[in-house]
Amino acid sequence: MDNNIENSKLQVAPAAIGGTVYDESEQSGAPDYLLKVVNLKEWFPIKTSINKSNNVYLKAVDGVSFNLKQGKTIGIVGESGCGKTTLGRTILRLYEPTAGEIIFDGTHIEKLKGEALRKLRPNFQMIFQDPYSSLSPRLTVGEIVGEAVRTHGIVPKSEYKDYIVDIMKKCGLQPHYFERYPHEFSGGQRQRICIAKALALKPKLVICDEPVSALDVSIQAQVINLFEDLQASEKLAYIFISHDLSVVEHISDEVGVMYLGNMVEFGSKKALFSNPMHPYTQALFSAVPIPDPDTKIKRIILQGDIPSPAHPPKGCKFHTRCSKCMDICKEVEPKFKDYGDGHCVACHLYPQD
Amino acid sequence: MDDFEKDINLSSDRMIDNAEVTDILEESETALEQSKDGVKFALEDADSEAQRAALVEQIKDVSVDKETIATQQLSDAEAQPEESIEEITGRTLSPGRLVLKRFFRSKLSMTGLIILVLLFAFSFLGPLFKNDCDFIYGEQESDRTHAVKEMYTTEYNITSDSSYEIYDSDGNNTVYIVTFSSPTTMLAPSKTHLLGTDDKGYDVFSRLMYGGRISLTIGFVVIILETFLGVLLGGLAGYFGKWVDQVVMRLVDIFSCVPTLPMLMIVGVAMESLNMYGPERLYIMMAFMTLFGWAGTARLVRGQILSLREQDFMLSAEASGLTVRRKIFKHLIPNVIPQLIVSMTLGLGGIILTEATLGYLGIGLPAEYATWGNMINSAANNTILANYPNLWISPGIFIVLAVLGFNFVGDGLRDAFDPKARR
Repeated sequence: MDNNIENSKLQVAPAAIGGTVYDESEQSGAPDYLLKVVNLKEWFPIKTSINKSNNVYLKAVDGVSFNLKQGKTIGIVGESGCGKTTLGRTILRLYEPTAGEIIFDGTHIEKLKGEALRKLRPNFQMIFQDPYSSLSPRLTVGEIVGEAVRTHGIVPKSEYKDYIVDIMKKCGLQPHYFERYPHEFSGGQRQRICIAKALALKPKLVICDEPVSALDVSIQAQVINLFEDLQASEKLAYIFISHDLSVVEHISDEVGVMYLGNMVEFGSKKALFSNPMHPYTQALFSAVPIPDPDTKIKRIILQGDIPSPAHPPKGCKFHTRCSKCMDICKEVEPKFKDYGDGHCVACHLYPQD
Repeated sequence: MDDFEKDINLSSDRMIDNAEVTDILEESETALEQSKDGVKFALEDADSEAQRAALVEQIKDVSVDKETIATQQLSDAEAQPEESIEEITGRTLSPGRLVLKRFFRSKLSMTGLIILVLLFAFSFLGPLFKNDCDFIYGEQESDRTHAVKEMYTTEYNITSDSSYEIYDSDGNNTVYIVTFSSPTTMLAPSKTHLLGTDDKGYDVFSRLMYGGRISLTIGFVVIILETFLGVLLGGLAGYFGKWVDQVVMRLVDIFSCVPTLPMLMIVGVAMESLNMYGPERLYIMMAFMTLFGWAGTARLVRGQILSLREQDFMLSAEASGLTVRRKIFKHLIPNVIPQLIVSMTLGLGGIILTEATLGYLGIGLPAEYATWGNMINSAANNTILANYPNLWISPGIFIVLAVLGFNFVGDGLRDAFDPKARR
């Protein structure tokens, strides 16, 4: 209980830096949260000089915070280039975070290095967007699924083969695929291999980076059902990165909307889909097709392109494309505030104090 | 007619369990019966001999036609089920097997492979038959068995006023001048010396074998050492990047700046001044050839690994927490091997050529050791170049064959490894 109060307080407290919720207490990694991301930043240098203050950075992720409970799913949506994928990869420490904290199961993984990090890796796995390039072309399916299992000693040697075949069956792969190579499979089967590979390590958190966007619609449904079944049986937590809003709505418990490296809106699926508060979220949701020819949707069409993350606009980053842009938006960065039930928005349309 | 029917029966026996085939056979048999009937009917009506003969011809033609049709249909029917069986069992080929299949399908690479196999058999197995064949000699064995003691006799009388007199057993005062010639040098090609002998009396054909041993071995040893060094340093540079990459790539730059041939010539002359004339010269030569050759391989491997490192499957391996060793040796190196094999086979030809160049310039192994390069060195002599082509054309052809063979195989492998290849 104590922790809950603590956390809700945290979300209300406006952040001093980057307009996002910022964890100032040292009591990080509360036990009921599997993953806690605090003000995470990932800046890629695009121009380096000896004087570090002259460096130019591409701010792919610029201060993102959220919490994830065990067995729950967070959907991350946003248009291409908004930093969804970078966020996922930074959480998994595939990229070195520039600043911020990643607390997984009570461990600060942003500080881990080398062997310690490698030993912890089976706990958080990733399913990549492109099933064609994410499978090593010269290994058999059995080897792809099983190599890390052996490296980490997940199961005893005597049960190894049975375990792999079992995992493969669970993911809808026939046991005789064991000796085959990835190039012999279709996209859907390859994605199943990726899922089997991730699940074989018995992870607690799986980051799915647009896992279905490379698949055709009929297979998308299969794979998503597989995700849900596995979540029910293995108590998995997902971070589901996608630009397909209907898929996110189907699978998520909470949804975060990203724009140009920032989280602009975060809340429960119900709150967010029934009452999108941020103009960007509204525009995004208005683009979802409704399978009814009689309904007239009032589409909000965004003008122009997403600005370069290397030179983001001043003030609210969305103001260049916002239909409700005010003068203040061009000058002051809005605060990421909770407007009830953990529904957080960063927008000047809503009271900032 | 009976013969033909028998034929069909025979062939139908062959395919007795194939329903389709028997159907086809029945069809063709009935058709044949009909046509036979038709022709027979005409035969009965025919009046003149000529007409008869023409009709008999016609019967033959009909039967021949039917036969070809039947066999054609048979072969078609035979081909179809086999294909479908292959599809059902779906034997899957690993990428390596697919490459081999594509490689063996290419005529050019097969030609190269055959050339190489023949050259290797010639060089490494040939001298083993030294005692069985009378035209194979040792590397430095001049043919003394045929050394002929030739006698030139000159006769002249010694004048009586000379201070001494020489008489032979017959009492004649005649002087015999006897010369022992060594006619086994520069012999023309014959049955005992297939390509003749050189200026030292060594058999050219046999020395081609021994020369092949050294030339091909140098090629293989140097390319393997080069590849090892290149993979190690290029792999380190590509995988770890940052300052490791900087250091290794500057080293590569330095070594690719150094002109190889002049450096090797300096090494050769230096060894001469140190009075090294044994096989150790060969080892030092190989070491220096490796030293000046690894840079290209390192650059290739580094580039490949740099691009592979950014692929999703490497991120995926990283996310699975695999060890660095496993990532390098199971995920990166196997993906570089195709390019490595190609660069190795293409490089082999170059090394054989370098060895030949050094031999020709006379700074490789000492002349009594047979290498293809040393043998060509004899062409440096104008007389030999003009009058004894048998000494230098054959090693030249062998060098060309070896280089061509390795290049064909290298090209074939490159095409076979290309995933965009049609089949």
